[in-house]
Amino acid sequence: MGFLFDKDVWQEIYGSIRKNKTRTAITIFGAFWGILLLVGLLGAAKGIENGFNSMFGDFATNSVFMSGSRTSKAFKGFQKGRQITLTTGDVEKIRSEIKDVEFVVPRNVTGGQVIHGFKSGNFTVFGDYPFLDKVQKKKLTAGRFINENDINENKKVCVISTEVYKQLYDKDEEALGTYVKINNISYLVIGVYKPGRFEGSNNVHIPFSTFKLVYNKGDKFTWMVITGKAGSDIVQVEADVKLLIKNLHKIHPDDTRALRGFNLGKEIAKVTGFLTGMQFLTWFVGIATLIAGVFAIGNILLITVKERTKEIGIRRALGATPGKIKQQIILESVFLTLLAGSLGIIAGGGVLMIVDHLELLVNPTVDIPIVLIAYAVLVTLGTLIGFIPAYMATVIQPIEALREE
Amino acid sequence: MIRIENLHKSYPIGKDSLHVLKGLNLHIKEGEFVSIMGSSGSGKSTLLNIVGLLDTHNEGNYFLNGELIEDLNETKAALLRNKFLGFVFQSFNLISYKTALENVALPLYYKGIARKERLKIALDYLEKVGLKDWANHLPNELSGGQKQRVAIARALATKPKVVLADEPTGALDSTTTDSVMDLLKEINDEGMTVFVITHEEEVAEQTKRIVRLKDGVIISDEYTATLKTV
Repeated sequence: MGFLFDKDVWQEIYGSIRKNKTRTAITIFGAFWGILLLVGLLGAAKGIENGFNSMFGDFATNSVFMSGSRTSKAFKGFQKGRQITLTTGDVEKIRSEIKDVEFVVPRNVTGGQVIHGFKSGNFTVFGDYPFLDKVQKKKLTAGRFINENDINENKKVCVISTEVYKQLYDKDEEALGTYVKINNISYLVIGVYKPGRFEGSNNVHIPFSTFKLVYNKGDKFTWMVITGKAGSDIVQVEADVKLLIKNLHKIHPDDTRALRGFNLGKEIAKVTGFLTGMQFLTWFVGIATLIAGVFAIGNILLITVKERTKEIGIRRALGATPGKIKQQIILESVFLTLLAGSLGIIAGGGVLMIVDHLELLVNPTVDIPIVLIAYAVLVTLGTLIGFIPAYMATVIQPIEALREE
Repeated sequence: MIRIENLHKSYPIGKDSLHVLKGLNLHIKEGEFVSIMGSSGSGKSTLLNIVGLLDTHNEGNYFLNGELIEDLNETKAALLRNKFLGFVFQSFNLISYKTALENVALPLYYKGIARKERLKIALDYLEKVGLKDWANHLPNELSGGQKQRVAIARALATKPKVVLADEPTGALDSTTTDSVMDLLKEINDEGMTVFVITHEEEVAEQTKRIVRLKDGVIISDEYTATLKTV
């Protein structure tokens, strides 16, 4: 393999490539495009994945949202159509009865008119615990989310979404430290956040405890977020919790309407499955294009071998052994694939940088090992494909090549 | 230097075969300036290909520099060509994308000489053929005569034992023909064995020995007047 470090070998290759710029450019375009596609698509897939992940908190993949609804079956003397309301007693029961549950966090929700200055709007008002942020990641653009202190002291503070901000405030007006009136009670604005894709955009969050007092909810609440322990099956947890609540509220075991559950974990699993599928497709398309590109290089080298018959004949007459000729053509193939690969990776990186800069995707990146694998594939394919034109070149007899026209 | 004994060569054409060389005997000593004369189809190009190790013979013996040539594979032939032979072709056969200097240096590359060294040698030979100032020009920027002189410099660069010239003046006008022949004479005077193939009487007359070939047999082999004047 010493010849790889022989400056003359490379000079000879560089010479023949440099003097045929157009041919070189056309030759490498296929492989260039292949690796550009591979890097671009993998980066985009990663960006989409990052986008999904940034929407959910740490516990998201393991949580389920649950709320009471109307029963659809008569049971134990109760008519159907009875409204089920969850209570803090249910929370205690779930915590003590179901082992796999990590957190049970109740939420309250109501509609309300929110006023700031001369502007007003009707928004959804939530009574929340700080824990919500861990499940439904709040991307705060200013201030903070509700904290324990707000809960303990029943503070009249609120966190609003950017959509609410737009409707209540003038452009560039400072929201933090100002007051908004929700159903005629003033709340201090402590945070503004950008709503994610899985939640409504017209939301206002106040502390759960404050909500309880203001709206006189007592033990009752509308929603709860249940999080399973690490390694638990969230689908099983959801079923267990539902069974328990059905027992507590005397709901028919087969009543599927009385309790509504949105299993975020299950939804995310679907998304993750989609992402995995997309990544697989990306690899498939990328590698296939890459192979096609390398074949194109081999193909064009094969044509150029025909075209360079005379040159090869001259070289042979001057004392080039078949081995030397073979070596040169294979190295040209490898060099061209590597050149195409490098340019493709640089261009792919550039595209991803632009995409990142325009914030179309979140951190679209490709791991270095993947780039190295792509390189290895290129070199291997380039070498293998180079054997064909190299063999064809040695088949040419100098006497044939040099025959006068 | 070159000794041929009872050399036969035939090419298969379909079921038949074309008998091109019919038992040639030829002995060329070191330092000779020989021309092979013959009309087309006489077998002179075939003879040159065999002597130049570009083709193999069917029968007979061929000794190059005292070495019997047999069981020749491509690699061995390439090494022998590089070591003993320098080629000059009718259509020059320079590599179009390489400069005059790089063309002359190419056989030295295959000989395994380091780049700096071979460029230096190549420049010396270009100077010898009077084209030092054209070293960095591409072949298409040179005239026919200049191209042929570059080709001769290339043939000489590896210090071969024999220079084989196949119709070296075939593509040149009479003035440049003379200058190329003068150059060949000059290198012959320095002791190089030169072996020219031609169908032009004027060219052959400038060599020291003319071997006439017709239908694959040597019909005459004589020394010319040129020799007597030297």
